[in-house]
Amino acid sequence: MENTVKQIVEKYNSNRNRLMDMLIDIQEGEGYISRDAIATLSQLLDMSQADVEQTLSFYHFFSTKPRGKYAVYLNNSPVAYMFGREAIKEAFEKSAGVRFGEVSSDGKIGLFDTACIGMNDQEPAAIINNMVFTRLTPYRVRELVKMMKEDKPIEELRKESFGDGKNYLPSLRSMVSSNIRRKGMILSDDYHFGTVLREKLPTLSPEGVIGEIKHSAIRGRGGAGFPTGLKWEFCRRAKGDKHYVVCNADEGEPGTFKDRVILTEKPELVFEGMALAGYAIGGEEGILYIRYEYRYMKDYLEEVLHKMRKEGLLGTNISGIEGFNFDIRIQFGAGAYVCGEESALLESLEGKRGEPRDKPPFPVEKGYLGYPTIINNVETFATAVRIVQNGGEWFTQFGTDDSTGTKILSISGDCMFPGVYEVNWGFNVEDMLDMVGAYDVQAVQVGGPSGTLIGPDEFHRTLGYSDLSTGGSMIIFGQQRNLLRDVVVNFMEFFIDESCGSCSTCRNMTQVMNNKLKKILAGKGVPNDLKDLQEWGRVLNASRCGLGQTAANPIISSLKNFRHLYETLLQKDKDFDEGFDLEKSVQASCSYVGRVPVFNHH
Amino acid sequence: MSKPVVATTSLAGCFGCHMSLLDIDERILTLIELVEFNKSPVDDIKTFTKAVDIGLIEGGVCNSENVEVLKSFRKNCKILVSVGECAIMGGLPALRNGIPVEECLHEAYIGGPTVQLNKDGIMPNDDELPMLLDKVYPCHEIVKIDYFLPGCPPRADLIWDALVALVTGDPMKLPYEVVKFD
Repeated sequence: MENTVKQIVEKYNSNRNRLMDMLIDIQEGEGYISRDAIATLSQLLDMSQADVEQTLSFYHFFSTKPRGKYAVYLNNSPVAYMFGREAIKEAFEKSAGVRFGEVSSDGKIGLFDTACIGMNDQEPAAIINNMVFTRLTPYRVRELVKMMKEDKPIEELRKESFGDGKNYLPSLRSMVSSNIRRKGMILSDDYHFGTVLREKLPTLSPEGVIGEIKHSAIRGRGGAGFPTGLKWEFCRRAKGDKHYVVCNADEGEPGTFKDRVILTEKPELVFEGMALAGYAIGGEEGILYIRYEYRYMKDYLEEVLHKMRKEGLLGTNISGIEGFNFDIRIQFGAGAYVCGEESALLESLEGKRGEPRDKPPFPVEKGYLGYPTIINNVETFATAVRIVQNGGEWFTQFGTDDSTGTKILSISGDCMFPGVYEVNWGFNVEDMLDMVGAYDVQAVQVGGPSGTLIGPDEFHRTLGYSDLSTGGSMIIFGQQRNLLRDVVVNFMEFFIDESCGSCSTCRNMTQVMNNKLKKILAGKGVPNDLKDLQEWGRVLNASRCGLGQTAANPIISSLKNFRHLYETLLQKDKDFDEGFDLEKSVQASCSYVGRVPVFNHH
Repeated sequence: MSKPVVATTSLAGCFGCHMSLLDIDERILTLIELVEFNKSPVDDIKTFTKAVDIGLIEGGVCNSENVEVLKSFRKNCKILVSVGECAIMGGLPALRNGIPVEECLHEAYIGGPTVQLNKDGIMPNDDELPMLLDKVYPCHEIVKIDYFLPGCPPRADLIWDALVALVTGDPMKLPYEVVKFD
């Protein structure tokens, strides 16, 4: 073991900033990260064990205990439940003879819950030893468990019916489907990769590139909507020996999966966009930070990068432009939603806990390793290529005045055609529901748990930065769904799990509010509780990052748009009830000390 | 006009909040002028003898007696105030909340390193004793609380200002230093 760790550390030049990679390698080799491995690692890197452990303990996919020869991670997003997760869970537990959260006594099968794995259009889905298994049925689960018990290699567990699009490629061989339902400028097949780098850049200065991006008025596609051209310009002007380009492919917002599809179908476009950005800001290194759930794409993406290097689209003096050097490396996360927040992502890139930084300074001034850094979403980079190809002016003809261009939506839930749709901004929700075959809709979750839950009287609203802003996640709920119990509680528990714990507002208020919600669901609510929820939600605005600031949104937005669901559950005749039950709460201590509880009922 | 009546109690607390109340120094003379005390350790009145205007609660709720006292305060007081961290959040006693109550009892009476004389493993189970709750609750999870005075303990000035505000009906001054603790 000591030797293995040593080799791994050498592979990354004993660079502490690559701690994530080292831990991933150890975890994948041994199945877990042992105390001994931690000790060796800290010794070799000249770090304290506590420093290694604080990174390790932050990420969901790292474990200090064996997770089984086959580690099953079953998605627990609301859509997974809507499509039969309970039955899948039961089938796993019954056939494997072990409960979720545990490993079978022979060490073969471990069952674990995990937050949305970006497969909402093909649920229920699970990750087993980095391989994604979609559209599970109880029959398929029994089949899988039988094969696991027979120690079959993971490749044999896979079906030979691969997903659509490029998922059949030898380096992917994935059961995941891309489900592209509508193409626009990004997903279209009429762009020849490399055209912009080869033909456009020799005629454009870096300032010229930034000028086109600014002219296009494109705003960040990750959800926050910061003007991309401005970001690039700030970074170009920021002083630093180096400048970095980081692509955010953490895509952790439950219900979002479009980055997975873009990276499967058009990875060249994304990498070309990163190189383009490198040219624009004067950076030579790019990093794709991608969530560990997409680990199955590793070989494929490496292969694409390799091919681009061979074709001269990455490397030195690209397209014959003297001094235009750029290359990209891939950094995997290890399971932490908050790492989608750009400053948390930077911390993670540096091998640390993914806790958001205080801002300012913003990453464009002090980013990766303290150097000026731009961080953009996968889709933003891909779009930038088409903008520079056709000019900023061309781009503005798509979408609306304040939201130019197209947006790729991840649509899932109760509809006939879940999948990925590239539409012009300015679409309204009604149009979208018609397009995806959704009828008798009760609600749509726009922008994931941190977004808004809207009902039919708001379906006329349009998608765009000035009205319904979204990073792309749209989850549709039919009339048969219990919004509070099955959606809002699930989302709140998601935030509770994913809070980094740094701000007390986000660490505590999410719990307190969820407890109150559960109390209301248990029939113990009183009218004042709704007022409390509304007021307490405001406390979260004091959190440091976007996760904390939006963590109350599932409750706040459902309370705003579906107040009647709450009101029907309340005890109208009472003005106070916290659900305290004296008889129940003394039961445990009385039976332990051996006495019969006596109550004075006055 | 008769003076407003005040009652106080310490539930699962350390009496530190009461000490802080006494810390108002010579203003205690003014306080006596302003209000009349009823059930309170301050005057040792054990049971409510009249309707009370303001009840000050120190400490959280850890056993059945605390529940009873707190409920009687709610019944007899027009306004109830949670005074200090224990009343508001359970405070230090709530550190046991993450541990099953059985484990706590075992540690206290049988397994703990300082337990020497209890060779027969006797547990406190007399009917006269209050029954221990499964965890320590903040007061507002048992009865409705009208106001909260934070601090461990809340400063004497804060308690004084709050009392005066309640008695006179004037708005309370809440300067930054009084509510910000770090």
